[in-house]
Amino acid sequence: MGQTMAEKILARAAGKGETFAGELINARIDMALGNDITAPVAIEEFARIGVDEVYDRERIALIPDHFTPNKDIQAAEQVRRMKEFARRCGIKHYYEVGRMGIEHALLPELGLVLPGEVVIGADSHTCTYGALGAFATGVGSTDLAAVMATGELWFKVPSTIRVRFEGRPGPWTGGKDLILYTIGKLGVDGALYCALEFSGPVIGNLPMDGRFTIANMAIEAGAKAGLIPPDRVTLEYLEGRAARPFDVIVGDEDASFFQEYAWDVTAMEPQVAAPYSPANVYPVSRLAGTELDQVVIGSCTNGRMDDLRQAAQVLKGRKVHPNIRLIIIPATQKIYLQALREGLLEIFTEAEAAVSTPTCGPCLGGHMGILAAGETALATTNRNFVGRMGHPKSRVFLSSPAVAAASAVAGQILHPNELGEVR
Amino acid sequence: MQTIKGKAWKFGHDIDTDAIIPARYLSTTDPAELARHCMEDADPSFPGKVSPGDIVVAGKNFGCGSSREHAPLALKGAGVACVIAESFARIFYRNAINIGLPILESREAASALQEGDEVEVNLEDGVIRETGGGRIFRAVPFPPFMQEIIKRGGLINYVQERVKKGE
Ligand code: SF4
Repeated sequence: MGQTMAEKILARAAGKGETFAGELINARIDMALGNDITAPVAIEEFARIGVDEVYDRERIALIPDHFTPNKDIQAAEQVRRMKEFARRCGIKHYYEVGRMGIEHALLPELGLVLPGEVVIGADSHTCTYGALGAFATGVGSTDLAAVMATGELWFKVPSTIRVRFEGRPGPWTGGKDLILYTIGKLGVDGALYCALEFSGPVIGNLPMDGRFTIANMAIEAGAKAGLIPPDRVTLEYLEGRAARPFDVIVGDEDASFFQEYAWDVTAMEPQVAAPYSPANVYPVSRLAGTELDQVVIGSCTNGRMDDLRQAAQVLKGRKVHPNIRLIIIPATQKIYLQALREGLLEIFTEAEAAVSTPTCGPCLGGHMGILAAGETALATTNRNFVGRMGHPKSRVFLSSPAVAAASAVAGQILHPNELGEVR
Repeated sequence: MQTIKGKAWKFGHDIDTDAIIPARYLSTTDPAELARHCMEDADPSFPGKVSPGDIVVAGKNFGCGSSREHAPLALKGAGVACVIAESFARIFYRNAINIGLPILESREAASALQEGDEVEVNLEDGVIRETGGGRIFRAVPFPPFMQEIIKRGGLINYVQERVKKGE
């Protein structure tokens, strides 16, 4: 019997010839990640284990990105603890303000997560790296502590749900729309304990940035991993970037899947998730006219170059609606610089958007754009739970950067096609 | 492992980690501090009324959302002795085991038990019963691998022992 991509990657990491869904294995970890919320807890737990050194100084990344630049004294203390730990243990990949970025944009950019690898992160959106063909999954701080000490972690091998996208997407339909559509179909627990594997011609034509968006939100359907088999696009992205040699691992032809879906995207409108669930998904026209107070373009889901270019394409020569606060957050320092060079930051600023230094910021209601009671936001982030971006009585809608930018101009949710001469 | 005896507090499906502990309180890891805001966005009166030893009963996909260990820590800090749910989000499931918050998966118990019911839970055999000879439910037992971790009081102790033995 053939194995899925997830089964093959995990079998190799466990040092076994083969492994199948349902087995419990102990896997070697190629890269482990923590942030300013989860690493401090992991560092305390690590101390309790009673080892002095981490398993590998080059295979741990500690990225303060959630409440940074430090928003208050407590946040500053957390980051200080990370910094001290990173220095004491000689951890190579520790990046602070000025060099950092949102972890899930930064690690791929630095070539630290690679095809065929097993990556864990004490952050649920670690599944983003599945876009590169790594088996990457979110864990808790205690798991991170155990990995920092031993370089290994237990897993239950997941079964796989395969999603194929066919047809030809419209000009405003990209990665965000495909994944929102998927979550809308599967529900927030539709892929619980499973790996989601995305394939088909639409994925084949999708650039890396859109693929990261898709893999990033696999967790929103409950999935353990969101995998995209590496192809030419993946290898081009890794060229000159990969920090280590790697092997591409894809599933066998005769692998068996728990479920399989095939969807034609030809007539698919841009998708929007309404409060309070990322599975509460509608075509944008159904929600058009929803009045907004704030629009956020950024996050580990949609803060990359293609996202900013898309937003700039819509915002160029236009002004943000007087009722709207538009906040744009390039995901990494490098993306910020590139956006500067391409003139995107000028377009944003002239449109009267506020551009922030890289941070998670308002995505999790931390800082840099918190909502008041009764306010409504449209964001390119990944979660719209109660209170996610501020007051429990605020509301968050989720969309692509194109829909977000068009809606910022209109003052209400709008299909980018409808923007016409709105200025 | 002892028997847990407490009052049931009932919640719905898809209780996410933002409802269990909102991100605005994440700049601390002190369980007592976290406990003060536990379940606040799902039921603002919860931190005031839960007593040590009580049991949270919930629907499907409990603990979905972020990977924050603060969620099981907040529940544990609030004195919650066990969570019974139809199903758990997988990271929450890992985290709860890793920090020593007992959790049990039982569809029947999760739908039959009502708010205020007095419940007894035996962690060893997964038997859940209403106090005073009421209904009895059976939860899915943990696989052997996880029983080992739980028996040692969580992942850290488990790893500690392995490191000491030089495995
Ligand atoms: S941008 Fe949002 S979802 Fe992504 S890591 Fe930061 S807080 Fe989490």
